[in-house]
Amino acid sequence: MRATLLPASLAIPAALALPGPAVAQLAVRAETVYTMAGAPLPDGVVLVGRDGRIERVGPAAEVRVPDGYRVLTARAVTPGLVDAHTVVGLAGLLNQPHDQDQLERSNPVQPELRAIDAYNAREDLVAWVRGFGVTTLHTGHGPGALVSGQTMVVKTAGSTVGEALVDSVTMVAMTLGPDVGRNFNNRPGTRARGVATLRAEFVKAREYAAKRARGGKGEPAARDLGREVMAGVLAGDLPALVTAQTAREILAALRLREEFGFRLVLDGAAEAYLVLDQIRAAGVPVILHPTMARHGGTMENATFETAVKLRDAGIPFALQSGYEGYVPKTRVVLFEAAMAVAYGLTVEQALAAVTIDAARIIGQDARIGSLERGKDADLALFDGPPLEHTTHVCAVLVRGVPVSEECR
Amino acid sequence: MPTAARAARTALACVLALPAAALAQERPLVVRGARILPVAGPPIERGVLVARDGKIIAVGAEGTVELPAGAEVVDATGKVVVPGLVDTHSHIGDGDGGDRSEPIQGDVRILDAIDPRSDGFRAALAGGITTVNVMPGSGHLMSGQTAYLKLRRGRTINDLLFCRDVLRDVCGGLKMANGTNPRGESPWPGTRGKAAAMIRERFVKALEYREKLRAAGTDSTKRPERDLELEILVEALDGRRVVHHHTHRHDDILTVLRLQREFGFRLVLQHVSEGWKVAPEIAAAGVPASVIVIDAPGGKLEAVDLSLRTGAILDAAGVLVGFHTDDGITDSRFFLRSAALAVRAGMAPEKALYALTMAGARMLDLADRVGSLEPGKDADFVILSGEPLALATRVEQTWVEGRKLFDLSDPADRLFAVGGWRAVRDAPFDHHDGMEGH
Repeated sequence: MRATLLPASLAIPAALALPGPAVAQLAVRAETVYTMAGAPLPDGVVLVGRDGRIERVGPAAEVRVPDGYRVLTARAVTPGLVDAHTVVGLAGLLNQPHDQDQLERSNPVQPELRAIDAYNAREDLVAWVRGFGVTTLHTGHGPGALVSGQTMVVKTAGSTVGEALVDSVTMVAMTLGPDVGRNFNNRPGTRARGVATLRAEFVKAREYAAKRARGGKGEPAARDLGREVMAGVLAGDLPALVTAQTAREILAALRLREEFGFRLVLDGAAEAYLVLDQIRAAGVPVILHPTMARHGGTMENATFETAVKLRDAGIPFALQSGYEGYVPKTRVVLFEAAMAVAYGLTVEQALAAVTIDAARIIGQDARIGSLERGKDADLALFDGPPLEHTTHVCAVLVRGVPVSEECR
Repeated sequence: MPTAARAARTALACVLALPAAALAQERPLVVRGARILPVAGPPIERGVLVARDGKIIAVGAEGTVELPAGAEVVDATGKVVVPGLVDTHSHIGDGDGGDRSEPIQGDVRILDAIDPRSDGFRAALAGGITTVNVMPGSGHLMSGQTAYLKLRRGRTINDLLFCRDVLRDVCGGLKMANGTNPRGESPWPGTRGKAAAMIRERFVKALEYREKLRAAGTDSTKRPERDLELEILVEALDGRRVVHHHTHRHDDILTVLRLQREFGFRLVLQHVSEGWKVAPEIAAAGVPASVIVIDAPGGKLEAVDLSLRTGAILDAAGVLVGFHTDDGITDSRFFLRSAALAVRAGMAPEKALYALTMAGARMLDLADRVGSLEPGKDADFVILSGEPLALATRVEQTWVEGRKLFDLSDPADRLFAVGGWRAVRDAPFDHHDGMEGH
């Protein structure tokens, strides 16, 4: 998000976003370096600077590792994985009421709910996914409400939200379809009622923004935290992340976008394969459901091959761990990317869906998602082909600091 | 039983069994060219498998096996052939067991509720599964009798059962559970201690019932009044019916072992999420364990310490280890992956393949029928595109008793393998519904 364009209330105080600790200088040498900025590099080196950023990436024959650098070796290294959409950190391991903060059920429209106020940086699930190479989470309020709240981007390191934070307000999470009514006692009771309610919210937000903009003329509108956020969506500062599994819901989301002109990111999109032309024509990216998501409910027509179909249609997409209500409490994007390969993506395409393409969709590709000079030194080190079931993640670095060195 | 009645029942059984028998192929079948992993022995490069009438006749290296004349020949050059997979714990088939009336319902049979035409069976075939233990849920201390099924193309439940006569044979196991799932308001137990006491009480009754049966001997006038549940518990006490016990936490696992020691029933531990904490105890009890492999811990309190290493640790301790899908919890189509993740966490690949096949067969008392590729066993096998645990490997064909029942190259089958528009019309097993969960 472009923080400068938002009301001050939306931007987190800069002091909270602490710089990473000073790191020892370090080099990673791997038989294959998946830079995600060009073809994989055989026998490459990644140099990590003291600032936790990537100093240099290149063939081992050309990059001299300076004296005093700690050298980690691996069969393969990739950028730290980016989970394009999760609720981890708001949703906890225990699955008891006190550790489930991803969905507030008092009202189906609550854009004012901030992710930073609910994120538990010490949550065990954060450590779990980190152990499998995930260094960045786009997390926050989950699917299940018409407007469930805000999302944010964090690193999987740090013991407070401030230490973990990358972007305090990234998108506004919305959901279309029958799942919403189930969570809110039939409010809305139908698909069409849900869309009508959302349209009304956007109309009110537009009026609110106009009133606030009038400034001195007449009585200014009182601040409304929710409308403020919806106005941010209308102004193009915040994308709407709309969970829409069936073709009907996907088309409804595209209609809303056309009517109100907001930036749309489709989420879930189980039946995207039925409306590829419409999605492509709208130029909308998709954060696809986990490859192994269960085929039931609104996802009853899901397939393991939608990633391939999005690829073939030229639609930008990323993979996500999504939301799980039971066992397992989260999925792991490393595994979901692997299964996308089993069902037709190439290894590089699947890696892109959990690195650079994911970073681009969440607006962080200038900082993460590929191994390039100046980007954060977030790395995952593997002892074999990264996506094979039996390969291990043997080290994970966040901003140049090893946060996991156990082969998992 | 009077001879006439027995004869009538046998006749009935034959009628019931006919459709399955009629399905078995008449022409001999030869599968050649593949690397065969028979599980019963070392891998066979360029192996040959010969089957007739649904049974394996020979397995061996090319040139060492006599090829019958007039056989249907399947060229599997470059492929890998493994035994049909055995899923020791699944909820496919749209069935359910006990209702909410009481926590102990051993009299309930899931075979009375299974839809033999359920799409879930076709999806399971797409995952290479040919034998499955379909269980009622874990929201009860005892939720009912399970069904051991062969995934033949069936019109009736009888077409799928291993047993021949549901009135006389043991057609499955007995599902029990402890921990958090079977807890609730009275008459459900509110504590772990109460749960164990209720089960002990029931098995004490079963011991008394068995004594009465034994005392009566062949004198039918002295027999106790029939009790549909106690009859089943007596089968368990006698070792003719295996108890499949859902249990996650280390102390709950030990409680099950304690009950088993007290009453002597045959037991398979199911799930064993914290089995890694009590591996020596499980090994000492000589009880097998079927492990669920889950991508992350949590989702319920007793699964927070779940470890991907459980399979490896139990195996190293000497426990017979199998796997299960618990489908809906994991998808039958990803069953091979469960074993692959266990290998990732330290299990030997050949042990993992054994766990997917032969170990499961032993846990279901079906080792004489399935679980390995050996002469005399059912001709259930899977043709894989590559090594079983490799990411890129696909199940290309699944054969049951010498008949090809899944073929990835067939668009209708492929739909079940990958999903898509209207691929699955089953109501998925509702694992989010509180106590009815797993």
